[in-house]
Amino acid sequence: MAEISHADDGAADVARRPGSLTLVPAADEKLTTKDFKSDQEVRWCPGCGDYAILAAFQAFLPELGIPRENVVVISGIGCSSRLPYYVDTYGMHSIHGRAPAIATGLAATRPDLSVWVITGDGDALSIGGNHLIHALRRNINIKILLFNNRIYGLTKGQYSPTSEQGKITKSTPFGSLDTPFNPISLALGAEAGFVARTVDSDRKHLTSVLRAAADHRGAAFIEIYQNCPIFNDDAFAPLTAPETRDDRVVRLEHGQPIRFGAQGQFGLRFGRYGSLEVAEVSGTDPQTLLVHNAEEADPSYAFALSRLDVPGFAHTPIGVYRRVARPTYDDAMTAQISDARARQGEGDLAALLAGPDTWQVG
Amino acid sequence: MTKQVQPLDRVIIRFAGDSGDGMQLAGDRFTQETATFGNDLSTLPNFPAEIRAPAGTLPGVSSFQLHFADHDILTPGDAPDVLVAMNPAALAANLPDLPRGADIIANTDEFSKRSLSRIGYSSNPLEDGSLSAYRVHAVAITSMTVKALEEFDITRKDAERAKNMFALGLLSWLYSRPTDGTVKFLESKFAAKPEIMKANIAAFQAGWNYGETTEEFSVQYEVKPASLKPGTYRNITGNTALAYGLVAAARRSGLPLFLGSYPITPASDILHELSKLKRFGVRTFQAEDEISGVGAALGAAFGGALGVTTTSGPGMALKAETIGLAASVELPLVVCDIQRAGPSTGMPTKTEQADLLMALFGRNGESPVAVLAPATPADCFDTAMEAVRIAVKYRTPVIILSDGYLANGSEPWCVPEVAQLPRLRDEFSFASPNDWRGPDGQPNFQPFLRDPQTLARPWAIPGTPGLEHRIGGIEKASGAGTISYDPANHDSMVRLRQAKIDGISADIGPLEVDDPTGDAAVLVLGWGSTFGSIGAAVRRIRLGGGSVAQAHLRYLSPLPANLGDVLRSYRKVLVPEINLGQLALLLRGRYLVDVISYNRVRGLPFRASELASVIQEVIKNG
Repeated sequence: MAEISHADDGAADVARRPGSLTLVPAADEKLTTKDFKSDQEVRWCPGCGDYAILAAFQAFLPELGIPRENVVVISGIGCSSRLPYYVDTYGMHSIHGRAPAIATGLAATRPDLSVWVITGDGDALSIGGNHLIHALRRNINIKILLFNNRIYGLTKGQYSPTSEQGKITKSTPFGSLDTPFNPISLALGAEAGFVARTVDSDRKHLTSVLRAAADHRGAAFIEIYQNCPIFNDDAFAPLTAPETRDDRVVRLEHGQPIRFGAQGQFGLRFGRYGSLEVAEVSGTDPQTLLVHNAEEADPSYAFALSRLDVPGFAHTPIGVYRRVARPTYDDAMTAQISDARARQGEGDLAALLAGPDTWQVG
Repeated sequence: MTKQVQPLDRVIIRFAGDSGDGMQLAGDRFTQETATFGNDLSTLPNFPAEIRAPAGTLPGVSSFQLHFADHDILTPGDAPDVLVAMNPAALAANLPDLPRGADIIANTDEFSKRSLSRIGYSSNPLEDGSLSAYRVHAVAITSMTVKALEEFDITRKDAERAKNMFALGLLSWLYSRPTDGTVKFLESKFAAKPEIMKANIAAFQAGWNYGETTEEFSVQYEVKPASLKPGTYRNITGNTALAYGLVAAARRSGLPLFLGSYPITPASDILHELSKLKRFGVRTFQAEDEISGVGAALGAAFGGALGVTTTSGPGMALKAETIGLAASVELPLVVCDIQRAGPSTGMPTKTEQADLLMALFGRNGESPVAVLAPATPADCFDTAMEAVRIAVKYRTPVIILSDGYLANGSEPWCVPEVAQLPRLRDEFSFASPNDWRGPDGQPNFQPFLRDPQTLARPWAIPGTPGLEHRIGGIEKASGAGTISYDPANHDSMVRLRQAKIDGISADIGPLEVDDPTGDAAVLVLGWGSTFGSIGAAVRRIRLGGGSVAQAHLRYLSPLPANLGDVLRSYRKVLVPEINLGQLALLLRGRYLVDVISYNRVRGLPFRASELASVIQEVIKNG
């Protein structure tokens, strides 16, 4: 029978495991991609970006160095949320928008698990917006992968909270009226300690972001630009088309100067009121050109980065925007319990039930 | 001066004042003194939802009623023998409930022309003879309190605030209550503010001394201890009993307790109580909303914890989808609905039983769950333990339908021995890899293959090698648990989920009927918090020589297996409910028995006298 591990179990062999998994036991054997493929037929539309993300995720999981049974994938509702069925671990395909809440209860009681939330732009940012922001501010030790295709796919093509304003869809034949969310800005505003963006088509980059998230103890938010070939094809084309991508995609690497453009001819510097502006490297004082610092405690810089993509992916940073450690909710909860036990002793049920004011009859 | 001491067998007193006057605290302390003294008792706190409603107004009146006796009693009483009215509004709001001859202790300091006119009195009722049917004791409670506290280094406002302690002291003298407990309580409550502490104790003693010396009160009363069954007793409210029942269930099941909850009246005290109990390993999570509270509880249950959520009606509405998911994935989940008057926000601090049909049916699809209702404040403890037993044994959501009356009301509780509590760890086990291997030795786990006895599916928790599986709200293939849209499979799964809940009826014992003479033609059937009122009404009928049978449902889903037979064995079945006939609808639909529904939805428990006359009427028309 499986025992529920306490936080102090499995502390040995920490070195092999990523930072978010130090309380998870180490795997006895080396796992492979195949170990994480379930026997279920994958049923996304042909050409869906979800395939690439699933493949990258399954190939990445063995890297965690933890037993397969200690990985749990929780999802909400939507195309992306079918993913848990395809990963041969423990999983729950729950209800629309609620995956962060369910994952919170699991992570808060089971520090020996690696908990991943799979969600989409409708699931996380519309119906589940409240749970997302609160999971991030609480800093519960879960990894949230938001597949952003900027459209509702499973309900067949209505605009989503990340669709561009004016989008013509089935539910907005005259164009959508809503201003979209910028998921990175939202996550930063919600006090997230780890915020990153990647794209479905760049497996290497996607994997590197997953690795960084796993290494971050606390809530990690990863936005993955994901193409929906049926209802919103080529939504991210400016970021992938050879003629535009070099000028638009800004690759963030901690400690490295920010350079983009075909010849790396562009950099970033602070403009007015804390916003960022693009500068040609030649002819700009090198001291003013930014070196990426994901560990800057103040989120203002990361927020300024997140605003560069307006309008229409003008300049879209990908990579880890922010990676700042702070105490996690689940660790703090465990610590409160240990502290109470240390100070008051293990709870005495008989004393609790009787309370301070009793009287005897007979 | 020695005064005459008059013995009484029971008394009902009601403290009433502004919501800021500390009436709940005075009532609580009087209750504790009374409990320690050994009387049987029952309480009814009744307060507005507003924290500080405008002072001196009718909506701002807060009251606390206590019934105590030298014998076993069942309700907080219908009509107070004594009303403490701290201001004119408290008098006006409570006067309609007072029987002629009742004592009124009125705080004359607050009966100014202005306060009187504020609630429509053109003259002072304490002086104009309009209260001649009552025994009015005009006591300058505020000014005597302030005077008694002159020597203390506190503000006039703080001195005035101690007037509830003066009133408590006076009542404590009048009914010969032990005072040590209150002094100790004040010492601890105001430990950080010694001057306030001393002032409150002084005000309390001043009230007592006033009673002893004044000629206003010529008689002191005495209510002898009740002869309850032997044991160690304490006083307990329904919410505390429910919280303790959950902690005891966690201990006896070996499961860590996880509470996901969002504050809501009148359920929040369970969250408060459990959040203190970290030394028991209890994890409390104050969620961002009701949905997250239950979602987190379900997530914890997936991981092998005892997942619990607490709420009231509006929160139940929000949790419905997650309870449906729990019914579909078949995980243990305990949902505590502390019902309050609805619909919508309704009357948050007032009691009602109108969430029954929502608990039973308020989800999309066929979504059966177990539903239990405690009968008394102390019974909340046993009901919580039983809810956990059913949840973990059958892997199902269980809804507990308590209500505002049980939540805040209190009664003496014979504290159980821990070793005698149900051993819940014998009721379930987590799935083990060894039980799920094919002939080839390879894992062949089937997450929806059921135990033939209970129809429960295996509870396989993450971290167990070889039992990796996925669950979700999509229909599952019976056995394998994979996604299935097969028509026959869905029909079968819908029926299996229902059969699992129905099967619990074999595990709960028959409904017991209290029919001492055996010749009653009328059965009174209730559920939940009406137990005391119905019981007291039934006693009245029997004392008057009448025959009537009483039965009370703790299990609303499934209903006891013998319920149909019980219903059919009486000529008339009366079903009193604090709703518009929800159980009655169910009984008529399920058993084709033409039950008589009696309903009042006033936000208050039934009066025993009211029910007694209803029962009498039904017997007469027999």
